[in-house]
Amino acid sequence: MSQDKGNGLRLKIGLAEMLKGGVIMDVTNAEQATIAEQAGAVAVMALERVPAQIRAEGGVARMASPKKIREIMDAVSIPVMAKCRIGHFAEAQILEELGVDYIDESEVLTPADEAHHVDKHAFTVPFVCGARNLGEALRRIAEGAAMIRTKGEAGTGDVVHAVKHMRQIISQIRELTVLGEEELYARAKNLQAPYELVRLVAKAGKLPVPNFSAGGIATPADASLVMQLGAESVFVGSGIFMKDSTSFADPADAERRARAIVRATTHYQDPKVLLEVSSDVPSAMKGLAVGAMDEAQMLQTRGW
Amino acid sequence: MKVGVLAVQGDFDAHRKRLEELGAEVVLVRKPEQLDEIAGLVLPGGESGAILRILGERGVEKLKQFVRRKPAFGTCAGAILLAKEITNPEQPGLGALDIRIRRNAYGRQIDSSIREGRLGSAPLEMVFIRAPKIERVGPGLEVLATEGKDPVAVRQGKTMAATFHPELSDDTRMHQEFLKLIGNGHN
Repeated sequence: MSQDKGNGLRLKIGLAEMLKGGVIMDVTNAEQATIAEQAGAVAVMALERVPAQIRAEGGVARMASPKKIREIMDAVSIPVMAKCRIGHFAEAQILEELGVDYIDESEVLTPADEAHHVDKHAFTVPFVCGARNLGEALRRIAEGAAMIRTKGEAGTGDVVHAVKHMRQIISQIRELTVLGEEELYARAKNLQAPYELVRLVAKAGKLPVPNFSAGGIATPADASLVMQLGAESVFVGSGIFMKDSTSFADPADAERRARAIVRATTHYQDPKVLLEVSSDVPSAMKGLAVGAMDEAQMLQTRGW
Repeated sequence: MKVGVLAVQGDFDAHRKRLEELGAEVVLVRKPEQLDEIAGLVLPGGESGAILRILGERGVEKLKQFVRRKPAFGTCAGAILLAKEITNPEQPGLGALDIRIRRNAYGRQIDSSIREGRLGSAPLEMVFIRAPKIERVGPGLEVLATEGKDPVAVRQGKTMAATFHPELSDDTRMHQEFLKLIGNGHN
């Protein structure tokens, strides 16, 4: 482990830069990982269960078994990410030792700490964290996250909160850019974020790390929507390999969905291509409407 | 003079910024027909396999014809795309550079590093991210830069490649070199 905040952080952000304009797909075995790679995914997230399954089955959701992750790392040549529980730095240490390329300190798993996130500066491996608003994004960046993704509402196939969180972050950034120097102190206090980072964002008009979208993206049109709103890449969780909350889609269907979402992400501004790929794609996962959910069922409220 | 940056996927925006700083007019190339309007093309870092798959057969064919005629500069994944021979695993390339290149040759992300290499005889910061290694350099290729004993940037006629990411350092020499190549009547 290294404490390097200079060049170390540049390398961590550097890998996130390489993933821009691409799709990162949740996979649960070597076969799905291979389908994802063949369809043009830029990375895969190695999981024991995808979020829709975690939601349906309940119980404590933990880091995937190293054996499972290793199987997926051996199957593909693209970067492999894995999730650790919020605050569970020991799971993160195990994942770093295993050699995963990115760790997602994720609200999709059951949190291990009700007050603290992992000190991500203490690791050589880069971290991505979820956020619903600018304050949350900047707190995670202060802790060392090298990539931010919107939380959305994972495992639902409902894009509404991915949109809400992306709009929230982008509009809060826009607000910062027109504030006076003296107003930034109070805004930092309101955002519950370090002043130095708030000032940096106010000057640059963007986060100091790449800003990706996740949580409910299920169709090529969803991918285009979040990209047009300002996402720099897209995470697709349950939307590719699940038919509904409990059963997997036919592999041929999953592959067609994966290809369509990849093309839609590259050509997100081109309605002609979007029409073409949307016409080709098998029906999306059944999904759960977030509007009909209780807050207690939501994963996005995890994280502090 | 318009310079294209292949924007299928990857760190194309870092290249765009650098080229614009140096005074070039940049076109982000997402569709094969855009290749007709540019004098040279940068192939950015990213995932080479994903870029190939997103381009599709028609896109790859058009790109092959382009790099045969016009200047091209690939970094990391872009260098892999331009190579003749690719290993770990094997994959097709555009064949514009007579090199054998090995993907992910240093290991995984935890093995990524920033090192000081040499551009000619001058020091140059080099950012290696899940970088490839050039394992064979064909006759007639010029080695532009080295890191330790390894060739890390090469040129063959109007085609340049670096296994590191000059677009992620402040140093502008590699991009200047490429713009010079375009300016030298190769368009």
